[in-house]
Amino acid sequence: MLLWIAGFLILLVKLSIILGVVLFLAGYLVWVERKFLARLQIRYGPNRAGPYGLLQPLADIVKMITKEDTVPEGADRAFFLLAPAVVAATALLMFSVVPLGRDITVWGRRVPMVITDLNIGLLFVFAMSSLSVYGVALGGWASNSKYGLLGGIRGAAQMISYELSLGLSLIPIVMLAHSFSMVDIVQAQQKYPFILFQPVAFLIFVISAMAESKRIPFDLPEAENELVAGYHTEYSGMRFGLFFLGEYVHIMVFGGILAVLFLGGWRGPILPPIVWLMIKIFLVALFMIWVRGTLPRLRYDQLMALGWKVLIPLALINILVTGAVGLMMN
Amino acid sequence: MESAWEAVKALVSGLWTVLIHLFRKPITEQYPEYKRPLPVRARGRIILTRDPDGEERCVSCFLCSAVCPVNCISMEGAERPDGRRYAAWFRINFARCILCGFCEEACPTSAIQLTTDYEFSKTDILSFVYEKENLLVNHQGKDKDYNFYKYSGVTSNYGDKGEHVGEQKPVDIKSNMP
Repeated sequence: MLLWIAGFLILLVKLSIILGVVLFLAGYLVWVERKFLARLQIRYGPNRAGPYGLLQPLADIVKMITKEDTVPEGADRAFFLLAPAVVAATALLMFSVVPLGRDITVWGRRVPMVITDLNIGLLFVFAMSSLSVYGVALGGWASNSKYGLLGGIRGAAQMISYELSLGLSLIPIVMLAHSFSMVDIVQAQQKYPFILFQPVAFLIFVISAMAESKRIPFDLPEAENELVAGYHTEYSGMRFGLFFLGEYVHIMVFGGILAVLFLGGWRGPILPPIVWLMIKIFLVALFMIWVRGTLPRLRYDQLMALGWKVLIPLALINILVTGAVGLMMN
Repeated sequence: MESAWEAVKALVSGLWTVLIHLFRKPITEQYPEYKRPLPVRARGRIILTRDPDGEERCVSCFLCSAVCPVNCISMEGAERPDGRRYAAWFRINFARCILCGFCEEACPTSAIQLTTDYEFSKTDILSFVYEKENLLVNHQGKDKDYNFYKYSGVTSNYGDKGEHVGEQKPVDIKSNMP
């Protein structure tokens, strides 16, 4: 019983630390994005709130919390109020399977540096990523607005399409690591990160991950110049903030998963493991911002053609080739 | 295959172009710290100027009020004992003014002029109604030497209104027939 309580306490501590750190970093990722994007466009970005605009995320949060929380007339109230929570919660839940470092020992007990080492960790990530479609589609539908509805429909179509290539691109990784568990996948990259064996899977995963998190070349669900703000047009205050937060947590989660699956997770010389993971997540986020500063939005048919006619066949061929090479090696 | 290669080349060159912009100096002007020098004819807050003798230039002819596209200028005319006209009160509603400068163009005596001051935003909309004492300044503005009443429009030692050299008779506004 005592052991059980101790385990529960350790879990609570880990959960609260990770939740706090992830939310804090997501807030500052907004700052990083605005600053970095501004420099790419030879602007300064936010520089009024505090030195270098470092207090900008705090100011934004205060603004969002103190704003009026409106529900449009004719909206489906229950779904409307629930949808942002679904988006933010699923994004946060995905972080629970990302391993953050080697196991450590506290009072003689081994404490794994991951919230839960699910043996189907990768599938859990996909499940959560698919569930976040509900937040987008229902949020858009429930707000009783044509822009919201169109954004929600586009979001559902896009995320379901890219879910496929996202999943297919990772099957070779599972074949190489012989496991769905994220911890085991990091273990399998002891010698070389998987990006060296699977550059094609890496490319497909990066593109699909950007589409999954609705980042700019794939931001059709919120396309400002056609749909006002797409699925979150009717949201205000902190409910909009939750959608926003979900998007940035999504970027960090995909950075983390990309790091775990292709870049060796927390592995790296000299620096402590958690720092290496942070560096890798940060680099992935910077790359996503860089792409955002470069590429224009895809047209809807281009989006579908890229997903179904290029990425999915490519991922299938990649699986075949990986399987064939694996057979020959044996 | 050819088109795929083209697409990749386009992507890479685009990403490269954006990346080298990261190392450029931002071109944003940091406004409250740095104020861009304005052109001399920049249009801002409106003033009523005085002539070189220190008298009000405005003769209350209503031309500015008539030309104003947003009807933000209003006044009431009055006449001094020597026949010189002036505005009994003069009011500009800057909450409506669009700083188009038509009033300055219309003014026959260079009384109404636009300055380069554009920083007069306020939170109280009623405080944008500027009365004559707010508008009147103690200098000549852009047209330093112009002095309408030196030549005409007033009773002087040389004669009554309209009797000076080259001056036309005052128009009878009650029968302004062509």
